[in-house]
Amino acid sequence: MKQQMSSDSLGGLLGRPVEMRTGGGFAAFLRKVWAVAAKDIRAELRAKEVASTMIVFGLLAVIIFGLAFDLRVPKSSMVVPGILWVIVLFAGVLGLHRSFGAEVDRETLAGLLLAPVEPSAIYFGKLASNLLYLFLLELFVLPTLLVMFDTNLFQFYILLGLFLGTLGYAEVGTFFAALTANSRARESMLPVLLLPVMVPVFMAGVGLTAGILDGRPISGLYSWLVILAMFDLIFFVAAYWIVDLIWDGI
Amino acid sequence: MTTALQRKSDPWYGPLLALDVLAGLAMVVAIWAGLLFAKDAVNLAGDERVAQRIFYFHMGCNITATIGFLMSVVGSVGYLVRRTLVWDRIAQAGVEVGTLFAFGIMITGSIWAKPTWNTYWTWDPRLTTATITILIYLAYMLFRNGMDNRHTRARFASIYALFAFLSVPFTYYSARIFRSIHPVVFNGTNAEAQGGDVVGSVGATMGQTLLITITCFIILFLALFFHRWRQLSLESRIEDLREELYQ
Repeated sequence: MKQQMSSDSLGGLLGRPVEMRTGGGFAAFLRKVWAVAAKDIRAELRAKEVASTMIVFGLLAVIIFGLAFDLRVPKSSMVVPGILWVIVLFAGVLGLHRSFGAEVDRETLAGLLLAPVEPSAIYFGKLASNLLYLFLLELFVLPTLLVMFDTNLFQFYILLGLFLGTLGYAEVGTFFAALTANSRARESMLPVLLLPVMVPVFMAGVGLTAGILDGRPISGLYSWLVILAMFDLIFFVAAYWIVDLIWDGI
Repeated sequence: MTTALQRKSDPWYGPLLALDVLAGLAMVVAIWAGLLFAKDAVNLAGDERVAQRIFYFHMGCNITATIGFLMSVVGSVGYLVRRTLVWDRIAQAGVEVGTLFAFGIMITGSIWAKPTWNTYWTWDPRLTTATITILIYLAYMLFRNGMDNRHTRARFASIYALFAFLSVPFTYYSARIFRSIHPVVFNGTNAEAQGGDVVGSVGATMGQTLLITITCFIILFLALFFHRWRQLSLESRIEDLREELYQ
């Protein structure tokens, strides 16, 4: 009787009982991914701590590189590919560790994991929000590079390479952010783990951007796009398979 | 000095001591084979001919480092499937000893490169890949340090080792394309700089020496690996006993 009462009152308090919705096909999965991403984006719109930091750091880095190379380099398009990709990698590290670090700091990770969705939906939701922040960063950095270095990066294949590289970076970065969230010194651990694994994306991105800026025909540069696309694909599949293992003991 | 108690409580003491002695002898044999037994390289002259002898040690380190890193993958997959810490210790010992030999590759390679390529270092695909691999496994060791719970540590380290291992072939291919689009040529010997034709042109004693030194290095690797593995097992045992004691 007593139990009945308490469960009744609890039911009244919580609304309808929570169900684990694992079925529902692909569209339902996408809705869950979007729910996680929307939560992150809403928190970011209110706190403005991740994307804004990344963008300000990105602009600062462009200016610092500008001061470093000013009048020392015969043609600025020689250094711009490297500058662009270094800024993306370093600014990304700055923001990526917050995506799970903030959950650990506010002790909301357990709540997130208790949500009636698959762990992979949480991962893909975080991936979507991180991807959005990185694209925002690039939206600010590319015009600044145009002004500071007089190099036009708004060319189709450069943007395509940047898109593929950013996607691969966000995939691995979000995954490693989840991996390092619980370790001591995660802010310094994430770049140490992440940057060596991102070397192929960095080399392919720099190679492609430099090739396009040098005016090479795109037929000789397709292999870079293939490497970037393969990297994206393989780590997408690997993350989808392995992400359940990260949280299975917590 | 070991006491009788230690010898009795540790069944590995005798076999490991024998393996140590064997590894010491193996190193003597490797030095003899590399410096005295092998004949001079006919296609080289002067400094390069002398320097070529480091190739046997370079190759020995190469094989053992590869074995170490493969063991880390085997141990990581084993842990993720079986969830017993024995596999994790295999992975950790494999990474640590493998990284040691990887530094051996770097050092012997740099010493050899100076007289041959006229530089200690170049961003050749193989060199790039080797550097990145070492950095990945250094990160692996740092990452392990940051976690206290043994099972969490084992799980996360295994996941990282798998991800890291996936990116190595990408690094190799991107470095290869990168350099062929922007060739860096030293004295026009770029074909040799790829490191491929050395094995192709080995003579009879060179092949035998290579076999001898590789075997000797594998014995050394096994000795170091078992020592590290046993050390980790003992550490884990202490941890178990401590948990039992304070419960």
